Formats: sequence, C-alpha cells, structure tokens
Amino acid sequence: MDILSGLMHGFAVALEPANLLWCFVGVVLGTVVGVMPGLGPPATIAMLLPLTFLMNPAGAMIMLAGIYYGAKYGGSTTSILLNVPGESASVVTCLDGYAMARKGRAGAALGIAAIASFVAGTVGVIGLMLVAPPLAKVALAFSAPEYFSLMALGLAMVVLLAGRSMLKALLAMLVGLWISGIGTDPFSTTSRFTFGQLELLSGIDFVVVAIGVFALGEVLACMEGRGESGSLPVPKGLRNLLPTLQDLKDCRFAFVQGSVLGFLIGVLPGAGSTIASFISYGVEKAVSRRPEEFGKGAVEGVAAPEGANNSETGGALVPLLTLGIPGSGTTAVLLAALVLWGFKPGPLFISENPNLFWGLVASMYIGNVMLLVLNLPLVPLFAQVLRTPGYVLYPVILGISIVGVYSVSGSLFDVSLVVAFGVLGYLMRKLDYPAAPLILGLVLGGGMERALRQSLMMSQGDLAILATRPICAAMLALAVLILLIPLFNKLNAWRLQVLE
Amino acid sequence: MKARNADLWSGLALAVLGAYIIVQASGWDYTGPDGPGAGFFPLWYGIAMLVLSAVLVASSLLRAEPEAVDWRGAGRAAAVSAALAVAVALFKLVGFAIGFAALAFFIVLVMYRRPWPLAAAVAVGLAGGFYLLFPVLLGVNLP
Repeated sequence: MDILSGLMHGFAVALEPANLLWCFVGVVLGTVVGVMPGLGPPATIAMLLPLTFLMNPAGAMIMLAGIYYGAKYGGSTTSILLNVPGESASVVTCLDGYAMARKGRAGAALGIAAIASFVAGTVGVIGLMLVAPPLAKVALAFSAPEYFSLMALGLAMVVLLAGRSMLKALLAMLVGLWISGIGTDPFSTTSRFTFGQLELLSGIDFVVVAIGVFALGEVLACMEGRGESGSLPVPKGLRNLLPTLQDLKDCRFAFVQGSVLGFLIGVLPGAGSTIASFISYGVEKAVSRRPEEFGKGAVEGVAAPEGANNSETGGALVPLLTLGIPGSGTTAVLLAALVLWGFKPGPLFISENPNLFWGLVASMYIGNVMLLVLNLPLVPLFAQVLRTPGYVLYPVILGISIVGVYSVSGSLFDVSLVVAFGVLGYLMRKLDYPAAPLILGLVLGGGMERALRQSLMMSQGDLAILATRPICAAMLALAVLILLIPLFNKLNAWRLQVLE
Repeated sequence: MKARNADLWSGLALAVLGAYIIVQASGWDYTGPDGPGAGFFPLWYGIAMLVLSAVLVASSLLRAEPEAVDWRGAGRAAAVSAALAVAVALFKLVGFAIGFAALAFFIVLVMYRRPWPLAAAVAVGLAGGFYLLFPVLLGVNLP
C-alpha cells in the first residue's frame, strides 16, 4: 500500500464515528493529564489499559495515542501560568512562558504553545508517515557512545541556559549531576549519597526536584512581598489575550526547527522529549537576533521547546511501531498494550496491520486539529487564572505541587523533599544561580553516566571509542564548539574594544 | 549579609559538597573488571565542582561592589518554608485536608494579613476543592 492510498484508508478508519469519539476522549483526557503535575501519560494509559480490552484495537490505540500527544499540549499550561511544570519536557517552557505571564502576556504564551504544538504535532505525524522505516534503521546505528555524545551535546546547552554568570550555571549543572547520582548504582548496586535513608535508594524523581525548584521556589520568592494581592497582570480584550502577528512572525523559525529537531530526537529510543526541548531551546537562543531576551519572556523560547516536545511524539512512535523498541515510559506502556491485543510491532507491522497503522496516523492529524480547536478558545479562560488573588493562587500552587508529587510516588518522604528543593530553588533565585542548568544536569546525568560506562565497557576502558565513531565524534565536536561560545563572545568583545 | 558574601558562602558550601562527593567517590570502585565503577563519574564531577567553586570564592573575594540583602523578605520566605514543613508533618497525623487547610489559613491570615473569617473560608474552600477534585473525581490518592 503506498502512502497516499494508506492515508486515504487511514482517514476512512479514523473518521468512523466510534474512532472519532475515542480520539476526542483521548485528547481531552491527555490535556487534563498534561495540566496536572505528576499524573503523567504512562500512569494514565496503564490505568486505562484494562478497559481497552473491550474495545476495537484501532479505536483503543487511537485513544491511548490521543492521551500521549494530548498530554504534551496540556503540559505547557501550568508551566506558563503557575511555573509548575506538568512534565519534565515542560520545564524549559517555564523559563520564558512564566516570564511572559509575569509581563501580562500569558494568553500570547498559551496561544503560541498551542500553535507550536499543532504545527509540531502535524510535522511529527508527517515524519511518522513518510520516513518511519528508513529512520528506524538509522536509530539502530545509535549505540552507547552515540547516546553519550548526544547527552554531552545536551549538557553543553548549559552555556545557552546560563544567566549572568557562566560559573554559577556550571555549578548548578554539577549539582544536578550529583542529584541524578543519588540512589543505587545500576551496574554495581552500590548505594551512593543516600545518607542512610532507605527512601533514597531508588533515587530522587525528577518531578520532585522540578516542582520544588520551580513552583515552590517561585511561591517562596513571591511571599517576600508584604501581603500585596500578588495577582499577575492580565490584559483586557480577546485580541490582547492571543498571540499577535508579530509573535507568529518571530516564531516561524522556532516552529520549524523545534518540530524537526523534536521528531529526529524522538526517533532515538531513550533520548526523550526533555532532551529535545532543551536542545531546541538552546538552538533557538543560539540563532536568535536577541538572545538576551531569552529567559525574560521571549516568545520563541516558548515556541521552540513546545514544538520539539510535541513532534517528539511522532518520532517516538517510529521505533515503537517499526522495531518494537519503546523509547520512553509512555511508549513502553503502548508496546505492552499492542502485545496484549495480539500485535507484534516490528518491521512487518505496517504491512500486516494497515488498519491500525494508517488509522492511527490519520487520527493523529484529526487529534491535532481537535486539540487546537479545543485549546485556543480556552486561552483567554486559562489566562484569567492569573487574576486570582495571591492569597488564593499561591496556596493552590502549593496544593497542586504536593498532590502532583504524592500521586507519583505515594510517599510523604518525597513531599518533604519537595519542600527542601523549594528552599533550594528560592536560595538559587536569591543568589542568582539559574535553575534550568540544574534540571538539565539532573535529567541527563543518569543516562549520560550509563552511556559513558557502557561505552568504556565496549572499548575495555579506551576513551578513543568516543572519537573514532563518526556520529559520536561529530556530536562531541559540536558540544565543544557550543561550550566555547562564551569564549568566542569575550574575544569578540575584546577585539571590538581594541579596535575602538 | 552582602551579595559578595553571598557568593563567598555559596561558593564555600559548594566546595564542601564537592569535597564530600570526592571523599565518597574515592570509597567506591573507580574501575572494575567490566569497566568503570560506581566512583568513576562522581569523582570527576566532584573534582569539577571543587575547582569551579574555588574559582567562585576567589572571584567573590576580588569583587568590590556588594549589594544589600532583603532580610525581612528572606524571613517571610523562611516562615512559609517552616509552615510548609509543619504542614507536611501534619499530613501524616491528620491527613491532607486538615494539614493543607491549616497551611492555607496561615498563609492568608499571617502572610497576607487578611481577616480570619476570609482566611478560614479560603482554607476550608481550597481543602474541600482539592478533596473533591482529586480523590472523589479523579481517583488520585491524597496524603
């Protein structure tokens, strides 16, 4: 079946009333799940899995995929409005999204996030449809050394996330690496940095740190004021609540690069949407004509990571469906669902199950349109949240943070850790340490150490393995170049000074 | 405390953390029969942390322009942190609803200096709202 006839067949499947309904249910549920910190798509899909045994597999897959990409849409909402990242990939959206909200541009940020998600979701589906089999083979060429260099490239983005002090950004990143190392070493089962606490043996969940540092840190910083109402400005009139034409123009490159990068990184099993969103943000800042605006409310700083985060979904389905390799927690649950329904994801999956594959692809087009239609009109409504007086809004943020963390682990110890990380986040603000590098180190630290140790096992301790593999060497060279950017900038400034 | 001192103290704290990481990592295998051991990665980022924090300490000592710190604001933030810690401890004893209501009451009454009937209304309303939304409607467990 060629692509066009496959797509036509897919639309015939996806437009069946029952499948349309499941698609709608999936995207709405996904949006709700994305908005709530902690309750992520893997848990929701796992909870709903038993119910899908009574459904037609195509309808069930359409609904579960709807939850997956719908959650990506919803994840930006709390990041922008409350500085509470709904999921790990939404952390980067906090940086400029919340800064925009503080400037009275929450509506524009939410609108750009919805549009970026729509564009990227569509690019992701097109990528899935057109290049799934060949890209899956490329992904298989990625081994531990390539993953290490990809993560090193991700860590190099710290240069672009640094605020006024590169030194402090690097130190924050190292603290993130240290936190990622807390727990049991997966290779030797050695307990590391656990301070004798049994609860720390399994490590510290990303959600605990992100919610503590961003959400609680922000609440504590806002509490410094002397009892003002604390509500954020929201402009009046629908026109002022949506992105302007200039915003869209400013974001045109961010939409494209975020979507393409997100899809390509999504194809790599294990890389994930968090790396995609961080790298996309870094690239956008690097090529921007006004990089100094990033972190202070640059609209491209919302569009690029949101795009990458959403198109990653299409990319992640490539290795899942064509190789049977899940690249994330959510795709692992989706794989379990496919196997339980009696399917065998792999190279023959598309030809053996055209109904399911093309139905899913077509439903993702439809689902993306549904999400845009659902989300854009809700932007003005969501923006009104910021009118809530501080004495109501901040306790609500604290409550959502506590419930979000408790819903992941069911542990009061983790809730106590959130408070500790909240204090750390507050101190970092006061001492001018940027929070994003800490999160970057935390997210990438575990995978980076694992990939480095696997690489050195492969080469019997010879570091040359990182330089002799072409993809690996190219990415490491790029990482070094990025790390040298501040040096180039200083040299350039010095040269201009001398010339003057 | 001045900002210069803040950098100095945060640099020293990070240097202590770096030294701790190095000491701990030295106690674990640097390399094993199959390749790098548990101490390999932490040792290197511990060393990097110690070196960079030493640079921060040195640069803070050389810098001349200190900025004042808002101690009153920091005290308010510390009060909310303490209230949060107490609320988390209360969750274990009296459950989320009562512990969270107490926290919200404290924030509205003490931090925002609003009248106690309003503080009570916000506390009860929010705790009830959370209870209805999460355990009742969404089936999410609360502490």
